Parts: sequence; structure tokens; C-alpha cells
Amino acid sequence: MAKVIEGLYYSESHEYLKVEGNIGIIGITDYAQKALGNVVYVDMPDVDDEVEAGAEFGAVESVKAASDLNSPISGTVVEVNEALEDAPELINQDAYENWIIKVERSDPSEVENLMDAAAYEAFCEKEH
Amino acid sequence: MNNRLYGNLIFELSKEGRKGYSLPTNHFGNYEIPASICRANDAELPACDELTVVRHYTNLSNNNFGVDTGFYPLGSCTMKYNPKINEEMAALPQFQNLHPLQPESTVMGAKALVLFLEESLCALTGLAHFTFKPYAGAHGELTGLMTIDNYHRSRGDMARKKVIVPDSAHGTNPASAAVCGLEILEVKSDANGQVDLVDLKRLVEAEGPNISAMMMTNPNTLGLFETSIPEIAKLIHDCGGLMYYDGANLNPMLGVCRPGDMGFDVMHINLHKTFSTPHGGGGPGAGPVGVREGLQDFFPYVSPHHGNFGVMMRACAYILSLGGEQIKNVGPLATLNANYIKESLKDVYELPIDGLCCHEFVFDGLKDKSTGVTTMDVAKRLLDYGYHAPTIYFPLLFHESLMIEPTENESKETLDNFIAVMRKIAEEAKTDPDEVKSAPHNTPIGRVDDVLAAKHPIVTYRALKNEEVKE
Repeated sequence: MAKVIEGLYYSESHEYLKVEGNIGIIGITDYAQKALGNVVYVDMPDVDDEVEAGAEFGAVESVKAASDLNSPISGTVVEVNEALEDAPELINQDAYENWIIKVERSDPSEVENLMDAAAYEAFCEKEH
Repeated sequence: MNNRLYGNLIFELSKEGRKGYSLPTNHFGNYEIPASICRANDAELPACDELTVVRHYTNLSNNNFGVDTGFYPLGSCTMKYNPKINEEMAALPQFQNLHPLQPESTVMGAKALVLFLEESLCALTGLAHFTFKPYAGAHGELTGLMTIDNYHRSRGDMARKKVIVPDSAHGTNPASAAVCGLEILEVKSDANGQVDLVDLKRLVEAEGPNISAMMMTNPNTLGLFETSIPEIAKLIHDCGGLMYYDGANLNPMLGVCRPGDMGFDVMHINLHKTFSTPHGGGGPGAGPVGVREGLQDFFPYVSPHHGNFGVMMRACAYILSLGGEQIKNVGPLATLNANYIKESLKDVYELPIDGLCCHEFVFDGLKDKSTGVTTMDVAKRLLDYGYHAPTIYFPLLFHESLMIEPTENESKETLDNFIAVMRKIAEEAKTDPDEVKSAPHNTPIGRVDDVLAAKHPIVTYRALKNEEVKE
């Protein structure tokens, strides 16, 4: 069973969002890392790039497939997780600990369009 | 020597001073090559005698697997048998020794052959014209999209820069669109695995004037015949876009129905799939592009000559050996074989969308997932039993996709043996899961570390040497 954490927000394309003030921390969920299998490359944006809710901001490549990363929210990238450049497998070890980007949020109300932990858990059940 | 364990590199067999040739006495004197065009260091070529070279490549070829050695159910790739008569025809010296730049008046036979192939493909697809310039399927896709782009631009319709692609599409579709400078709009599949009309209507309403084309594969990558094509074609045509047919899955339609009749405007054909020309190991392929009347004026310049001419000769040989009546059996027999395997295995493998398939179908892994045996493990275990693995983890609609395409060539005995082995593996997954998870055991190389291969590929001898130095 994939791990889901209370207090985070979730998208239908399996990204999570952790809100810390005006900063949003974005990564892929445990369900997503399990489905992808061994992650071998993470394509990340640059700091200061703009991201848009629902739009692609990068990609995760595993031995099975390459999948787009979609941003759950809009804003400006303030930090990327550089550790993933050399060690993309960190995502498989703990997807929630090893976030991908941090974004300064431009529209705090966007979280209302995302799922909470319970809703996401139900969503994953339905997926399989 | 045990051929199954043969794994030398030619460089490792090299001994300084050995050679497999002797040059005749030079009666002409030496030509001074200008220093400016000479290489700075000697080429590091292996030095081997003739027998060593022959044994090396013969042993390597014995490690190879092809349609000529065994069953090759690689879904989406149509690994059909390449009849040997194709090779005989392509080797005819009158054609083989032609030069692409010799005077046109001396190549009328070759021109007649191109014309014959064009007429045949038009008759089989319902389109009006073909260009043979593209060198392979993806090159054909790009050529087709450039044709569509040229058409829109000729009308001053400059905004049409978006291409609709189903989420079940071959990866080449969005890739070709991106190379052509177009943006991709993904349309979802519905519960039956077909294009979701509600989602498509939403896209057309939102983006109508920007839509250049919709790319479709029919039957789609799940092997399912898309039943709403007339409605989809009308939606796209009404908003000013064109319909592109990805010919990757043309095989089951051969002689049964035609993309042109369904409302498609542009398509490519993989001669190396449907028309039995060599395939795999780099081809060479051929991706002729067909268009509806009027669109031929918009073919782009993609290569100076008629693509891989030898491949076109093989396709002609295939069409002529089957003839107009026999060719109509290709699609139905491919469809029958696929359905036979599907129905014989669906009690032990998960069939996500039940019903009739066309030339191929997709399982979502083993039905019993409790053993932890994955699609990857099943594919690896098949190698132990002497089969090429099916296509795995594609399409992306399911987590454990296992895509099987037997083609029309295989006998019932071959299919029955394959079914028996697939059932045996499903049984092993329960009784001895570790044996399956650690497969293959009977191949020259066992389970490879695909993470390391993806992250740190070593693909040249020089890179291997550098690696050894570091260690």
C-alpha cells in the first residue's frame, strides 16, 4: 500500500504539495514512485522559472517510462533539489522526504482545487 | 566452444601485427596525402586474422534472436516473417547496381516499380498519392506533419500549431509533433480504451482555430478498433484541422478497411511492419507518406532520393507474391491469432478491457499480483523458454502493460506452445516466485542492472577501457 501523508495536498497526476507559508514544496507521491519503478533521471526547472497550475514543469524518467511533472500550483521556482541530479533514486527511497522543487505561490486559493490525504487515497484505490 | 557464452569484443581478440589481407605489389608509386587531411593518431583498429574474424561474428550472430530463430510477439512492432523471395528480388543486379544519380532515361524499370508500389498503397489505403522519401516510420510522421503544416500556412492559417494526440499513442507521435515545432494536446482514453469523445469535444471547443491535426492509430495501441472515427473526423474537419493516421497498426486492416475511407487525410506506412521488409537491429526502414488528393503539393523536401529503395523492392515483392485476393487474409489472420492467445490466457493474466481485439492486445500483468512477480519478471522468464519478450510497460495506461502481437504468420502449434509457456510462468509465479524474479537463467547474460545501464551506459570499447583504468 502506498504511503499517503496527512496535511499535504495531492493532484490527480500524483504530485504532492506541502504548504509552508507562501512557499509550496512539490514532489511526486509514494504511489507515483512505486508505479514508475527505479527513477534514473529527474528533469528539473531552473530557479526563477515560472510554473503554472496543471502545466508541465519537468519530467521523471524511470527504467519503465518518462513521465511529465505537472505543477499543482502557480508561482516562481525558488529552489530545486540538487541532490536529485546525482541521486535520482532518493525519490524511490522516500518520495515525501525528497521533494523536487520549492515554489513561491502566486495564488494561495489554488490549493482548493487539490485533494486532501483521504480523497487522494480513495483516488489511488480507484486507479488500480 | 560454448556459443551460448560467447561474449568477446573484437578488440579483445586483437594481436599486434595480425591481419587478414595481403596487398598486391604497388606498381603505381605513392601518392602524397597532404598533412592537413591526415589523422593525427593511427586508427585503433583491431588486428585479427580472417578465421578469428569469421568465428567472432559467427559466434556473436548465434547469440542473436530474430523471427528466423523463434516466436517474436513484440507488440506494436509487427515482427512478421520476411519472406526470402523479397531478398532475392532486392538482390537482382539490374536494380541493385543502380546509382541514384544516373540519367533518368536509364532507370525506367526502377521508376515503374515506384509507380507500382504507389498505386498498390493507394489501393490499400484509399489515399491518392504517396511520397517515398522518408527513411523510416518516425521520419514519415514528421514528413506527414510538415505536409499538414505547409497546407495550413499556404492558406494563411498561421495559428494552427497544436496537434491532438491520444494518451494511448505511440511516443513518436508527440515527439514528431514537437520536432515539427507543434504543441501537443493530449486527449484521454475512456473506460473502453478508446478516445474519450467528451474530452475531445472539450479540446476542440477550447482550441478549434489552433488545431493543426489529430494523430490517431487505428486500431489503437491497445489493439482496439476505434469505433467513433467518423464522429472524430467530423469534429476535427469542422474546426479546420486534418486527420493524421499513424500506420503503425495498419496490419489488421490490410484489405479489410482503408484509412482514406474513414476520413484520414494524411498517413505514413511502416513498410518494415505491414509489408514484411526487414525490421529490428536498425532496419533499414521505410515510411512512405500518403495523402488525400490536393495535399501532394505540400510534401516537404526531406531527402533527395526515394528513401531506401531496396526496402521498396521487398515491399513490392510481398504485395505481388500475395496478390490482390490473398492480401485480404493478412488482417483477419493476424486478428484471429491475437484473439486466440488473449482468450487462452485471460484467466491467468489480467485483461483490463475485455472484448475482441485486433492484431494485438495488452494484459495488465498477472492476474494474481500477490506473488510480487511483475511484467518485467514474466518477460525475462520468457527468454529462458526461447521466446522473444512481448512489449512491456507500454502503453502507459496500465502499470504492468504486457503487449502481445503474434502476427498472421504463426502456426497454431507455435501459438499453443507459447500459451503453454505463459501459463507455466503464471504457475511458477505462485510455486517458485524467486526463480521467475531472478530470470533469465538460460541466456548468455542473466538479469541486467537496468538502473545502472540507464544511469551509466558504457557503449564503446574506449569507454570500457577508461572505466577499467579508473578502477
